[in-house]
Amino acid sequence: MTSIFEPNGKQTACTIIEAGPCVVTQKKTVDTDGYNSLQIAFGDAKEKNTPQALINHFAKASTTPKSVVKEIRNCSIDKNVGESITCEIFTEGEKVSVIGTTKGKGFQGVVRRHGFSGVGEATHGQHDRQRAPGSVGGSSYPSRVFKGMRMAGRMGADRVKIKALRVVKVFPDTNYILISGSVPGHNGSIVLIQN
Amino acid sequence: MDAVAFVHEQLTGKKEYPTFKAGDNITVNYKIIEGNKERIQSFKGDVLKRQGRGYTASFTVRKISDGVGVERLFPLYSPNIDSITLNKAGSVRRAKLFYLRDRQGKSARIKEKKQIHHTAKA
Repeated sequence: MTSIFEPNGKQTACTIIEAGPCVVTQKKTVDTDGYNSLQIAFGDAKEKNTPQALINHFAKASTTPKSVVKEIRNCSIDKNVGESITCEIFTEGEKVSVIGTTKGKGFQGVVRRHGFSGVGEATHGQHDRQRAPGSVGGSSYPSRVFKGMRMAGRMGADRVKIKALRVVKVFPDTNYILISGSVPGHNGSIVLIQN
Repeated sequence: MDAVAFVHEQLTGKKEYPTFKAGDNITVNYKIIEGNKERIQSFKGDVLKRQGRGYTASFTVRKISDGVGVERLFPLYSPNIDSITLNKAGSVRRAKLFYLRDRQGKSARIKEKKQIHHTAKA
């Protein structure tokens, strides 16, 4: 992340995203596949690490092996197989959504994972209750814990969509775009940008 | 080149500020926008720290105003900074002068750096 000065002098936090080039590797239509979609590929992969089937698939689009392949249903971009999508589809000031996988947080308690307040206080004869989950339900009735009860467990590494982020700046030479605010995932992770 | 360095290089405009460091006494002239009017206000004080690199670098200036310590943090590449003038180069042993916050009066002074004059050999 970095920040940028707006024309009014305000500093805005931004994320740098390498938005492309994404090569169109397959075009699915209602006639051939039953639905419309565009298959795009991004990022270079080594040929020795790519299965022969994929190498030939990429060769059909006359491109080198790619590391990420993603299918986008009902894509509004009209490009043919072999053509690439660059950051120039974005305009400055436009609102976009970013989909990504958040950072994994490991096994977390209910205070961090679900925002519980914990039980009890530090003093007045209590101990070890400050981050406790409290009661999980009744006793003889219903004699069970309801499904979906919020408890401690694995947190993070979820697919998350952040909406209404603003495209602040576009660098067409390098395919970098600046997006206001933060996006899911660690540095260098792959995200999908929707507009 | 990595992405952050590239973007910083693209954004960083020409800066014509003097080089200054912690302990120096500087005047920052910055633009204040009131409605449609724009005027320039100056803030004179000692540089407490310089922080960060590249486009997001910033610095903190401290002055004593009416007996009350006032600190202001400026982003170095802010378009609202009109100019910076270096009044006095200070001689200090640290990069961050937070100890000045606990001092006042004589002990809060910063020694001026002696200028070394190179004389040409005959």
